[in-house]
Amino acid sequence: MQIYLPIAEVSVNMLTLLGIGTGVGMLSGMFGVGGGFLITPLLFFIGIPPAVAVATGVNQVVASSVSGVLAHLKRKSVDLKMGTVLLAGGLVGSGFGIWVFRLLSEMGQIDLAVQLAYVIFLGIIGALMFQEGLRAWLRTKRPNPKRRKLHTHTWIHALPLKMKFRASGLYISVIPPVLIGILVGLLAAVMGVGGGFIMVPAMIYLLGMPTKVVIGTSLFQIIFVAGFTTVMHAVTSFSVDIYLALFLIIGGVIGAQIGTQIGARMQAEALRVLLALVVLAVAGRIALDLLLMPDELFSIRVVGRH
Amino acid sequence: MRGGLILMAALALIALILRPFGRLGGRLLMTLAPPLAILLAVVLSVLPARGAEIIGALSQTRVSLTANFSGSEILIFGAVRHDGPADEAEPDYDIIITIEGPRHPVSIWRKARSLGIWTNVDAVTMASVPSFHAVATTAPLERILSPEADAEHRISTAHAIRPEQASGTVADIDSFTEALMRLRTRDGAYLELDRFVFLDRNVLFRTTVTLPANLTEGGYTTRMFLVRDGAVVAQYRSAIFVRKEGLERWLHQLAYDRPLAYGLLALLIALVAGWGASAAFRFGRS
Repeated sequence: MQIYLPIAEVSVNMLTLLGIGTGVGMLSGMFGVGGGFLITPLLFFIGIPPAVAVATGVNQVVASSVSGVLAHLKRKSVDLKMGTVLLAGGLVGSGFGIWVFRLLSEMGQIDLAVQLAYVIFLGIIGALMFQEGLRAWLRTKRPNPKRRKLHTHTWIHALPLKMKFRASGLYISVIPPVLIGILVGLLAAVMGVGGGFIMVPAMIYLLGMPTKVVIGTSLFQIIFVAGFTTVMHAVTSFSVDIYLALFLIIGGVIGAQIGTQIGARMQAEALRVLLALVVLAVAGRIALDLLLMPDELFSIRVVGRH
Repeated sequence: MRGGLILMAALALIALILRPFGRLGGRLLMTLAPPLAILLAVVLSVLPARGAEIIGALSQTRVSLTANFSGSEILIFGAVRHDGPADEAEPDYDIIITIEGPRHPVSIWRKARSLGIWTNVDAVTMASVPSFHAVATTAPLERILSPEADAEHRISTAHAIRPEQASGTVADIDSFTEALMRLRTRDGAYLELDRFVFLDRNVLFRTTVTLPANLTEGGYTTRMFLVRDGAVVAQYRSAIFVRKEGLERWLHQLAYDRPLAYGLLALLIALVAGWGASAAFRFGRS
């Protein structure tokens, strides 16, 4: 059944949209990721204009994070102070990202920028996750795993503007979390992702936050940054499609429930290797589009529209 | 001339009567069209007048874009009046019907390889090209219409896009305007419907044109040309209005007129849908 999307101004099959939502929802339920990094490229592939795909993808991130953040708040596994510092950086990064996005749109290079950003970030993150996941998986098979050092002193601890984060048990400078926040906000605005795939490893390895507050805190930051980015995209480029978002959200919620059931039955380390492979596959697919000669060299853009 | 006026008045009256019935009215008009056209042609023929005339009507003059819009079939029909007796040994008339969608500015980009990556490099802009253009004819266009008449009335797609307005810094602008036509033809936005118009006994004509699902809002000018010996001898003009309706229209307007309210609405929907759906699942499981 075809439906007409009022903002994207294209007709697409409703089942395709629900299918994308459900498929990505399943992955996010299995792996505990937002899934924005998969939704946005999939929307490109079915012919949604990139500006609409990014802005609507970020709107979908809000929906997929909200129930998670509520659960974490109830469990008190959110470092609100750290979350607020990350958020402050996130809003700055998002604002800057929106400006960059508009500039690139006017230059006709937004598709390239978004695709390159996806290849670079997904490629690096996928490779790191794959290596780390594989090592963890192999470790579970060895009887006596080596213990990691609990706390290592790095250059990060030498920075000024130190602040106490009680929930995380940290006394560190606010500069690294603000910078992480800015990067994540930038990615949200340009790529239509929540940025959890960058923020979670950064919080663990760079800031040294305890694992139990990492997910809740990152979701807390994501929900506000994604919400802010949605509104900013709507105001500056009129590119949020509520219809499109609604179908993705409905599919996503159903998929997430199925995914959680599957994920509970699988080994965590194997899951991480699998997620890394999915991320690498998406990066590879987009890289191929850039490297191989396209069938059609020409494209038409209606001036003043997405 | 008088005959034409009467015919026009009659068709307008019928359209007016059927308008409240909406889609049903359109369908009713479709089934009534041929006998109606015959009737009007009879009226036309008994009235004295000078010069050839063409007059037509559309099965619907309004198209509503709603969420489940999947294209629309428009019936275009009408009658022709000759300037001499129909049985004379003179060349047959031909009919050309064009539908042109609202014009908008476009930029056409061409990819080229730089640093190993295929990127948009060259661009050509055109200030005003039709978003939709269909040409339906009784016979292949180049056989019934002279190039001069085509250029004058901008009938074929190649003339309708006005390639002379293209501007850019590239040497081969033609390949960009050709790409515009090729891409739009592939997407079903530019149509050439040779032999799609049926001309009955040199008097009655009708054709159906399918408007695609991804229509742009605005007025669609419909022109009907009566041609003979490669020249246009008479023409008639009408229009179809395409607009978004219902919730889609409201959302589209809100998004462009009050973007902040729209953005906040999108946010609210995401929050409520995300939280509500997972709450419903939790409730269902426990």
